[in-house]
Amino acid sequence: MTTSAVLMALARRAAILLASVLVASVVIFLFMTVIPGDPAQVALGVNATPELLARTRHEFGLDRPLISQYLDWVGGVFSGDFGTSYVTREPIGPQLVDRLGVTVWLVGTGMLVALAMAIPLGTLAAVRHRKPSGAAISGFAQLGIAVPAFLAGMLLVQLFAVRLGWLPSGGWTPPNQDAGAFLRGLVLPALSLGLVQGAVLTRYVRTSVLDTLGQDYLRTARSKGLRPYQALFRHGLRNAALPVITVLGLQLATLLIGAVVVERVFVLPGLGSMLLDSVASRDLLAVQGIVLVLVVGVLLVNFVVDLLYTVLDPRLRGS
Amino acid sequence: MTVLRVDELSVSAGGQSLVRDVSFQIGAGERVGLIGESGSGKTLTASSVLGLLPDGLHATGSVRLGEQELLGASERTLSRLRGMEISMVFQEPMTALNPSMRVGSQVAEPMLLHGTRPDRRAARSAAVELFDSVRLPDPEGTARAYPHQLSGGQRQRVLLAIALANDPALLICDEPTTALDVTVQAQILALILAATRERDTALLFITHDLAVVASVCERVLVMLDGEIIESGGTREVLSSPRHEYTGKLLAASDLEAR
Ligand SMILES: Nc1ncnc2c1ncn2[C@@H]1O[C@H](COP(=O)(O)OP(=O)(O)O)[C@@H](O)[C@H]1O
Ligand SMILES: [Mg+2]
Repeated sequence: MTTSAVLMALARRAAILLASVLVASVVIFLFMTVIPGDPAQVALGVNATPELLARTRHEFGLDRPLISQYLDWVGGVFSGDFGTSYVTREPIGPQLVDRLGVTVWLVGTGMLVALAMAIPLGTLAAVRHRKPSGAAISGFAQLGIAVPAFLAGMLLVQLFAVRLGWLPSGGWTPPNQDAGAFLRGLVLPALSLGLVQGAVLTRYVRTSVLDTLGQDYLRTARSKGLRPYQALFRHGLRNAALPVITVLGLQLATLLIGAVVVERVFVLPGLGSMLLDSVASRDLLAVQGIVLVLVVGVLLVNFVVDLLYTVLDPRLRGS
Repeated sequence: MTVLRVDELSVSAGGQSLVRDVSFQIGAGERVGLIGESGSGKTLTASSVLGLLPDGLHATGSVRLGEQELLGASERTLSRLRGMEISMVFQEPMTALNPSMRVGSQVAEPMLLHGTRPDRRAARSAAVELFDSVRLPDPEGTARAYPHQLSGGQRQRVLLAIALANDPALLICDEPTTALDVTVQAQILALILAATRERDTALLFITHDLAVVASVCERVLVMLDGEIIESGGTREVLSSPRHEYTGKLLAASDLEAR
């Protein structure tokens, strides 16, 4: 395949991504408009006079046609301006960026924990599926799936923070301030988010590797003189990775939801806790911005998953 | 000189007996056919020789390659022999190659693994030569192709190249042409015949097609329900079968027509 064909394919996917983002922004905007609640009323409280309400609405731009309100918002978002909070009267954008950083760290390390657990355990469970050790791993994974992230979090805190005192039970230190404290603070949240996802992923890895082990080309690999594990590593894992990557993309959405809860448990200033705070204070414009960022995050992940697929599977590249 | 000697080979799954008391020998450069209807135990017999029986199946008896006993040999011993002294071409070329690896690398792999070529470059150019010798068009370009870019016949040629890469003493072909259409079948057969003659490779050729046996093999073993029921020179067995089943196989094939 030529470079220009690669670029064309890339451009097509990027165009689809952009279109999806635009559609998502319309849906989010409309949803926020139709749910009950008047931002001016929220900002001023129940005792505000009708004149003051009208003036505030005008100030927020809420008296203009929907279409121009939408274009204003989206136009601002593309230049990094998410508007000014109706509640705190402060710009939303900078806070969003700060909070996003925390959530990306959390979800990223959670994902790493999940992968570091699922790839070896799932592979082992598949290779030993006829032995007790393989069954034990599967059973353990099954058990892990039943544990919600917040429960895992509380158990971990109980053990490592309260009983043993090895790690902080919550709070956030930015990485550029104190790297050691940053890492120590991240361990328990990442574990509570990642272990449960890791258990789910272990089962997918097991199924995929098991399926690969039964493939004819693995028998060919053995007939060349490769030992069982050699054959699996050289010929199996890349092929087994494909279905797992799809699941991984889907799991990232679950991880984001899990992050909302875990941020609460560990008092982390991430996007999830910002979302909960904004909903509680009825800060609609902030909620709108946060939801858009989350949706774009999920779309971006899908975009990357698509690209990874084409890299890993030559059949999708065309000839 | 005997290359392969199989004595009273039996294969069972749990309590179920799938192959019983199979014995035969193959001399250097000799081509032996193993025929029988589907499910008669041909593939299990071949897999036992290679030590690659499916999980849960168990073989007893003796399989000797030269002086080396293979049944019960360690994985280490077996993996040194596979792809080096014994190679196998399987029935289904469409699924027997790794879909995400260039076929040139798949052919170079057994040479690098067994150290018969000093480095990657040497193995690669040997792979291209092999592609030429199995009559693949544009050997250089084919080496860079992925399996999905090749036809079934071309893939079977690649698999044959893999099997021949280290000049094995014994080549096992398990219905190598069954999945291919008729014209391609004839080409692949001619190729197997030429390659084994040229290298003086012993051949165990599995098929259910008597016409193929007649054109390739010097001797033939007839298998039914896990047992060898008749064996001998191809011409004798095919012209005057002693067993009723062989006669039936003969009647079912269009041997006269060819
Ligand atoms: N993994 C297995 N487990 C149990 N039975 C098997 C297995 N593989 C093959 N068999 C059985 O063994 C018999 C011989 O199979 P096989 O050697 O593949 O036949 P052939 O190659 O002659 O068509 C068949 O009845 C088949 O059902
Ligand atoms: Mg068979």
